[in-house]
Amino acid sequence: MSYTVDLGVNGAELIEEVLKAYPEKSAKRRAKHLTVHEEGKSDCDVKSNIKSLPGVMTIRGCAYAGSKGVVWGPIKDMIHISHGPVGCGQYSWASRRNYYIGTTGIDSFGTMQFTSDFQEKDIVFGGDKKLEKIMDEIQELFPLNKGISVQSECPIGLIGDDIEAVSKKKSKEYNGKTIVPVRCEGFRGVSQSLGHHIANDAIRDFIFDKTDPNKNEFTGTPYDVAIIGDYNIGGDAWSSRILLEEMGLRVIAQWSGDGSIAELENSPKAKLNILHCYRSMNYISRHMEEKYGIPWVEYNFFGPSKIEESLRKIASFFDDSIKEKTEEVIAKYKALTDAVIAKYKPRLQGKRVMLFVGGLRPRHVIGAYEDLGMEVVGTGYEFGHNDDYQRTTHYVKDGTLIYDDVTGYEFEKFVEAVQPDLVGSGIKEKYVFQKMGVPFRQMHSWDYSGPYHGYDGFAIFARDMDMAINNPVWALTKTPWKKVA
Amino acid sequence: MSQSAEKVLDHFKLFREPEYKEMFAKKKAEFEYAVPDEALQHTIEWTKSEDYREKNFAREALTVNPAKACQPLGAVFAANGFEGTLPFVHGSQGCVAYYRSHFSRHFKEPTSCVSSSMTEDAAVFGGLNNMIDGLANAYNLYKPKMIAVSTTCMAEVIGDDINAYIKTSKEKGSIPAEFDAPFAHTPAFVGSHITGYDNALHGVLTHFWDGKAGTAPKLERKPNESINFIGGFDGYVVGNNREIRRMFKEFDIDFTMLCDPSDAWDTPTDGEFRMYDGGTSLEDAANAVHAKATIAMQTISTEKTVKMIEEHGQEVVRLHHPVGVAGTDKFLMELSRITGKDIPDSLTKERGRLVDAIADSSAHIHGKKFALYGDPDLMLGLTAFLLELGAEPVTVLSTNGDDKWAAKVQELFDASPFGKDCKVYPKKDLWHMRSLLFTDPVDFLIGNTFGKYLDRDTKTPLIRIGFPIFDRHHKHRYPVWGYQGGMNVLVTILDKIFDVMDADTNGIATTDYSFDIIR
Repeated sequence: MSYTVDLGVNGAELIEEVLKAYPEKSAKRRAKHLTVHEEGKSDCDVKSNIKSLPGVMTIRGCAYAGSKGVVWGPIKDMIHISHGPVGCGQYSWASRRNYYIGTTGIDSFGTMQFTSDFQEKDIVFGGDKKLEKIMDEIQELFPLNKGISVQSECPIGLIGDDIEAVSKKKSKEYNGKTIVPVRCEGFRGVSQSLGHHIANDAIRDFIFDKTDPNKNEFTGTPYDVAIIGDYNIGGDAWSSRILLEEMGLRVIAQWSGDGSIAELENSPKAKLNILHCYRSMNYISRHMEEKYGIPWVEYNFFGPSKIEESLRKIASFFDDSIKEKTEEVIAKYKALTDAVIAKYKPRLQGKRVMLFVGGLRPRHVIGAYEDLGMEVVGTGYEFGHNDDYQRTTHYVKDGTLIYDDVTGYEFEKFVEAVQPDLVGSGIKEKYVFQKMGVPFRQMHSWDYSGPYHGYDGFAIFARDMDMAINNPVWALTKTPWKKVA
Repeated sequence: MSQSAEKVLDHFKLFREPEYKEMFAKKKAEFEYAVPDEALQHTIEWTKSEDYREKNFAREALTVNPAKACQPLGAVFAANGFEGTLPFVHGSQGCVAYYRSHFSRHFKEPTSCVSSSMTEDAAVFGGLNNMIDGLANAYNLYKPKMIAVSTTCMAEVIGDDINAYIKTSKEKGSIPAEFDAPFAHTPAFVGSHITGYDNALHGVLTHFWDGKAGTAPKLERKPNESINFIGGFDGYVVGNNREIRRMFKEFDIDFTMLCDPSDAWDTPTDGEFRMYDGGTSLEDAANAVHAKATIAMQTISTEKTVKMIEEHGQEVVRLHHPVGVAGTDKFLMELSRITGKDIPDSLTKERGRLVDAIADSSAHIHGKKFALYGDPDLMLGLTAFLLELGAEPVTVLSTNGDDKWAAKVQELFDASPFGKDCKVYPKKDLWHMRSLLFTDPVDFLIGNTFGKYLDRDTKTPLIRIGFPIFDRHHKHRYPVWGYQGGMNVLVTILDKIFDVMDADTNGIATTDYSFDIIR
């Protein structure tokens, strides 16, 4: 691709300038995470998935966040115990907007905070006895729960608790009930990412391997697929599922947004796994491929260009009847997307965006912006790996500023210099940039809007980006009687 | 297809469209292997029963929907109240991401804080290197005037000696030898966020007063006429601290607000991001040792700190989040007593206005039953105010309030005819509250944002007072202290009462005879 984005500044010089603020040793380490993309670099030429420097204000979270917050938390009919002190569960309580349908507290538990609320005595004497009692109390007070997971917080691994033994014992006591110990202590790994992996492995070990394949009465069809790696933030999985159903597929499971344990259990019966968030669920997809022979395909449901491409890619795994219906689906929504683009593109054309998000979004949303005539001039991953950056090269243009595990300082300086029309990142970043007068959208929670996936979601995405950028408030940030220095 | 470019439907309406409703029903029927409806309905009803309540209250190990957070959150709050101070939390990095998000969701403001990003190797070998590098990076990048160090449970479990680590870091040149880096141990498995506030503030004050961890002479107290004010962990800190400052000015009292994040959590949008703004100056923090007395607005949130202050020779006035007329009266009379200054006429007039407002509206509050939960000091203040209004705070619950706190609440009940049938519940969570709202129904619930789940389940209208408030904007800008603050609380309660009254009387040709234009 010969096209180069307009960064507005010399990216290499900008990086060099920003690195000057660090002590020498840290500057050297951070330099490996920052670059200006050049065509031909297979992985954007940045180091990733390595430890954050202490004291730099990394945006990253922890393994517990990756397991409880991302993978397990949305499974609605299980109870997920935040095992350890009260804080982790409290701060992650219902904040990720994993929508579900169910009677909370009775047959669904997604927006509740179950914690063992560790006290000093639990640290000193261990928490295994308490955990046993917690499981008994859960069984008594929440009898319709379909399973329990134990989400380990930091102290669990440090004090040598044996949550595996407790889970095994209690599972036996409750007639083979699914009880899953998860070793996602926050100090493990370098970010949320290891938590995803650990959570995937726990599903493999405690759901797939311990479930009788005939547990649920299930009649398969040739069109059975599972949505993998969609957490249904603001309803994303729903606005995706509807398209898959329209193209004639049968979605037998949602991983894990609005997901139920039965859906997870039945997933090995799928004919194809369709994977949205590669980062957090490639592990289980690979496992199902190896063990059950289920192929998997990555897709991208942000913006009509990528949706269309993805629908066809998914359809290519099936017979002509599906392919035909897929074309009908694409045609059906054409009027909608044309109208959305006609309405919003003139208002957004040429606007420059900088992103910093997690999972798949630093690359996946680029197409949606481009559909609206916008240009992503900088992007980076909170917890991406090398294979994410490899995939990113198919999305970004030459000259794009790439920043892995960006620090608060770097991000502020980059935005100051590049002066984008929009920044898309998280709650911790939102107000920093809005203070600077830069329009902002949270791209983790969709800023409490959504869904953004699918055709229905694209209309909302376009509306929201317009709302952010063309908000009249941005004309008011400069005080009229203050002279510009 | 319901979506259109003209009228974009988002999650609020999109999923109510027939194509989605049909999809949900099919998913449930075919793939979820859901609980049969009969069992579901049976269980729903059972959770409302006395039997369920009894079993719920018999819980010994499980906590469900607690109304408290962990210590380091409070430590970050306290650090944020000092000039140019960067909170530095020693331990796992995910915790810091959580604190920053939590505060940003409440205040709608950035919250700067760094972590020493400890991982497995630090768990084995200790986090000294993380401290050394972390302090150097933080100091160079963010140019703070002070770095206030606290700890996560990880660092506490492995027993990191942060005092020694800070010293070593200074020797290694991470930060200058004379740089202020107070510290506090804030294990998440002890107390709650209010304990962390207390420990961190204690850490800052002992740092300045008691010889900066052995690197400077201890300050010798030379008593002056100044008064220290400590607000405690307070979700209304932006509105409250400004209101308190105004009241002190009306009094013409020389005062120091110890820990004041009211500017840090209320910076303007004017093109510039201010990582630091306002806060107690380090000089004032040091000089606060000489003050005549200290007013602790939330004593339970500052127990250790005020004890230390007392040991330095100051008188301490211990209050419990005063709200309303009598609470504010006490605050002002104590202020008058310790300063020898008369309560200014301007404040006396404000008092009369609050009394006036209560008199105007009391018919709508009198005898109404309330359930409330939150931090222990806040509960004491609100309980007293509700009793003052002639309301009945029949259920007062706190997750981080202990038996000593409960005894204080009981004293309030005992002192008022309206407290006769009221009950206090220490160390209980919002799942206990759910049972109570079913078995002992009330007219209104007062609590933080998470109370909305109780509102939904039990149909008890929620009045949002507490921390955190995520789903209503800007409440933290309005004080709840002083007579003006009492006015705000009164109006907040009244607004909900009137909204509920209107919603309950707007049935056309059925109930709308009471849909009165004048209330």
